Amino acid sequence: MATIDTTQPLTQAEQSESLSRAQVLRSMKRGDIVFENLSKLAAISVLLLLGGIIISLFIGAWPAIKTYGFDFLTTQRWAPSLKPQPILGALGPIYGTLVSSFLAMVIAVPVGLGISIFLTELCPHALRRPISIAIELLAGIPSIIYGMWGFFVLGPFLAESFQPAVISFFADVPVLNVIFAGPASNLSLFNASLILAIMVLPFITAISRDVFATVPTVLKEAAYGAGCTTWEVVWNVVIPYTRVGVIGGVMLALGRALGETMAVAFVIGNAFKIQASIFAPATTISAAIASEFAESDGLHQSSLILLGLLLFVLTFCVLAMARMMLMRLERNQGK
Amino acid sequence: MSTATPNPYYAGRKRGNLIAMGLCYGATVFGLAWLVLILVTLVTNGLAGLSLDLLTQNTPPPNSTGGGLANAIVGSLMLTAIGVGIGAPIGLLAGTYMAEYGRHSKLTSVIRFINDILLSAPSIIIGLFVYGAVVVPMGGFSGIAGALALAVIVIPVVVRTTEDMLLLVPNPLREAASALGLPRSLVIKRIAYRAAKAGLVTGVLLAVARVSGETAPLLFTVLNNQFWSLDLTHSVANLPVTINNFVNNPDPNWKKLAWSGALLITFAVLSLNIAARVIGSSRNEK
Repeated sequence: MATIDTTQPLTQAEQSESLSRAQVLRSMKRGDIVFENLSKLAAISVLLLLGGIIISLFIGAWPAIKTYGFDFLTTQRWAPSLKPQPILGALGPIYGTLVSSFLAMVIAVPVGLGISIFLTELCPHALRRPISIAIELLAGIPSIIYGMWGFFVLGPFLAESFQPAVISFFADVPVLNVIFAGPASNLSLFNASLILAIMVLPFITAISRDVFATVPTVLKEAAYGAGCTTWEVVWNVVIPYTRVGVIGGVMLALGRALGETMAVAFVIGNAFKIQASIFAPATTISAAIASEFAESDGLHQSSLILLGLLLFVLTFCVLAMARMMLMRLERNQGK
Repeated sequence: MSTATPNPYYAGRKRGNLIAMGLCYGATVFGLAWLVLILVTLVTNGLAGLSLDLLTQNTPPPNSTGGGLANAIVGSLMLTAIGVGIGAPIGLLAGTYMAEYGRHSKLTSVIRFINDILLSAPSIIIGLFVYGAVVVPMGGFSGIAGALALAVIVIPVVVRTTEDMLLLVPNPLREAASALGLPRSLVIKRIAYRAAKAGLVTGVLLAVARVSGETAPLLFTVLNNQFWSLDLTHSVANLPVTINNFVNNPDPNWKKLAWSGALLITFAVLSLNIAARVIGSSRNEK
């Protein structure tokens, strides 16, 4: 074995090698610093993005805020071409957004939970993955395809067969005959809600399936051992155990539904007037922006941006609450 | 002895269970039925228009026959590529910071929270934001604005998957590399990225799938163009907005093209989704 004689002076080659090694080390260090700061910058840009969105919306909405103030929220009239100054109020779109999303949740939550119960408790193992992928693919279909399909296929079908049947069924029931009042129409609040329900179904299913899977098997087995039926296990053990997660998932889906644009814009009918019947045309904030923004200017455009700001604040609150619930759940699991 | 007459209480519970489980089966059929219905409608209406003309001819003027979607398809590919080209690197780097450098920092948890909200934020709001931040200062609709709007949608998707995937890389791998004297940035690039490669690719694919069908943010950033257009400083033809305009028009030729375009987009997006899943799960099964 050769030993290194440290007393010998370094040869020329060795000297340049050690020099280049120092250089390499230095450049590595530089690369390190550059990479770390670059990645930090990218991470901070996510925050800047949020700030940018809020600031840009606020600036765009300022003329409308200054002109209409709080009245914007309580006025139903939407007359953008009125002279000398348009009268614009957000009540119609806000009503449409809230009601269509609420109805969508009324449809999607039971169905979504039903599918997750099926997937976790009833489904044969081999089918579990294909079925959950198929349901998740519903989330992959672009929004405009839902809109187009709702416009050409679902709308006419509902107007011809479903709506008349419901309208005549409830014709003599007080209250309900106002909510389900005729005439049937191709474009309506209900159609939008149904499409929204289909679109958010995969979100509810995916999250509730995941949280259902976190229930300790021992708990379920204990309940089965005590003689519970499958339904009783789900209702008394699984759902109470996963309540927070399920609510988080539902809120997440609600956040999606509130902001959904193209699908709704095609099927809701863009009517700013609030009507009691859910079979009547209505509009939502996002649909109003999508259909009017390109041809708007001045105060009209500013009002549409203000609508956008309201929508952003609304979805932000809903989504933030959803995230906080899901985060609490994760923390509890970590324990 | 009591077995001779079934206890009505038990029978009731059994019936309740049967009904509830039946409803669960029903819910699943209900959910799957929509997928099948939509896909069947797309295929039956769109297949007729699928021809070579669709890929080689430009969008026709109203009330004419023939024509295709060539300019819209190329425009969409271009916008998507640029959008992902801008958004994915930023998302990857941001996710890297969160998983590698600032794993336990306060900043990371704030960013994660904000990112999750941006992930589900309405895409039309992104369109409004880019309109105010890019279109107005630049003085008009442009392909760049559209690509930037798509990039804003890409970032949160990629950030989320990158962080998740890098967190799955076992720490001993990193420690071993560091012990050999590898600097931090190389540990990340040569070890962590390589170990998480399938996951990172999945994230980018999901982002591509997400933006290739987006319509709302393009409506007032790129608008649309009837002609062959590669100039990014002006309006660029693109598939989603073309479909949007064609659907809103009674012209039967446009309607046919809209269905074919819809078929193309949907199958492209769904294949991307499935591809992402296959790549993602091939790693997990190892």
